[in-house]
Amino acid sequence: MMNAFALYINYATLSLRGQMQYRVSFILGTLGQLLGTGVEFVGILALFDRFESLSQWSLAEVAFFYGLVNVAFAFTDTVSRGFDHVGDLVRTGEFDRMLLRPRSTVLQLIGKEFTLKRLGRFLQGGGVLLWATLYLDIDWSAATIALTIATVFCGACFFLGLFINIGTVSFWTTETLELMNVLTYGGIEASKYPLSIYRSWFRKFFTMVIPMGCVTYFPVLAILGRSDPLGTSLAFQYVAPLFGLLYFMLSLFIWRFGLRHYRSTGS
Amino acid sequence: MNPSFILPYTAVLSARFRMLLQYRAAALAGFVTQIGWGAIRIMAMEAFYRSTTDPQPMNLAEVVTYVWLGQALLGLLPWNPDTEIRNMVRSGTVAYELVRPVNLYAYWFSRSLAFRIAPTLMRSIPLAILALLFFGMQPPASPESLLVWLAATGGAVLLTTALTVILSITLMWTISGEGVAILAAPIIYLLAGMVIPLPLFPEWAQFILEMLPFRGLCDAPFRLYMGHIPVAEAWAVLLHQWIWISVLVGLGAWMLSRAKRRLVVQGG
Repeated sequence: MMNAFALYINYATLSLRGQMQYRVSFILGTLGQLLGTGVEFVGILALFDRFESLSQWSLAEVAFFYGLVNVAFAFTDTVSRGFDHVGDLVRTGEFDRMLLRPRSTVLQLIGKEFTLKRLGRFLQGGGVLLWATLYLDIDWSAATIALTIATVFCGACFFLGLFINIGTVSFWTTETLELMNVLTYGGIEASKYPLSIYRSWFRKFFTMVIPMGCVTYFPVLAILGRSDPLGTSLAFQYVAPLFGLLYFMLSLFIWRFGLRHYRSTGS
Repeated sequence: MNPSFILPYTAVLSARFRMLLQYRAAALAGFVTQIGWGAIRIMAMEAFYRSTTDPQPMNLAEVVTYVWLGQALLGLLPWNPDTEIRNMVRSGTVAYELVRPVNLYAYWFSRSLAFRIAPTLMRSIPLAILALLFFGMQPPASPESLLVWLAATGGAVLLTTALTVILSITLMWTISGEGVAILAAPIIYLLAGMVIPLPLFPEWAQFILEMLPFRGLCDAPFRLYMGHIPVAEAWAVLLHQWIWISVLVGLGAWMLSRAKRRLVVQGG
């Protein structure tokens, strides 16, 4: 395990050094990411300027939801690029080489690219989160602090689970299904706002099928100390992030299953 | 006019067009993603409209139509430089472009025109039909609105192409990566009305948004479609578009002539 971790650090360092060779490209990429998520927040600001509230939610509360999900996703986004390429790796036969190496394929794929320019999303989301935290009168106790950290951690694991699932599909389709982006980026887009504002079928899908709400909406309610318009209990809100972790472990299991059924394209 | 004079430009346009129409799987992926995206946007807007009883500059039904038009025509926005030109600049084969006996700007403009239209065409028509039938998108306000919308969409296509060519030309300075486009794209996306409809921005921002070229890409044509801008005022939209098209084409041609003089060809 320690060995795997050391190896990962090695992978990440190499990848970073590679990216630092193109410094201008890196800075532009980071700024681009920052702007890309930033304009979405400008949209939220403009809507609140006009409508003042979003069914009982204030701007600062929505900013907290928005910031937290972006911070969690930014962590995943830096390590998950490898799973986007599974389709290409399978098609070209490159994946066979990964199988020959005496390390897990998941580790190799996570180590494939450490995308530092995702720092842009992290900075932007983190900035909004910080502002919301200062503005809102949050009752910080050991429990809420622990819950915040757990939410970000489980959230990052959950998103990684989603990317692993998308990669797994490629074993059968031999191409990366952009189609699945609707789940990842669509989910992020939806999580900017509290889940309670959406229609019932949508809420159910992102709680029961894809447990995105468990790593964003429910724990944030407990952190903000708000009662849930959907009527969940405080106890559930505290354990909800674990469903994100569970989803991640399940997706690793499915990956192994996919791996056993993998057939080389043989070129 | 001598028809052979125009031939190289129409040839590159149609060849590129036919090639791009091959990417059907990508079109399907984009199609599904955009439906999901549109649905999320609309649900959020519904929630905002439930939170107020004050009259707004645009009603919810209009916002729904606006969002679907935006999703259908998303590909028209100048997201990225022309990928072929990018590869040519990177590999150095751009040198061959310079020796062709054609007007390079017009040649690249034709290339980029196909690059923008073909993928969009494949997605937009099925998406619009689905949105019209099932997702609450309204048909055009009147036959006249349809006509002025078509005219303004034509203007939007030329505007986006002029911007795409400029983004492609900037690559000749930056060489690596996507260059300026990576910064320009999100800003254009916001100012064209893709994040939220432009009329919903605060009053003080309206004048600036009106002056900038980007509303001609999405906002103005969409509002013509739904009659939010009356047909009688369509001439102002078209004039605004054509002024900016001329400015941006002029700028692009000037930039290209400068870039050609200082071009260093990469690769051997």
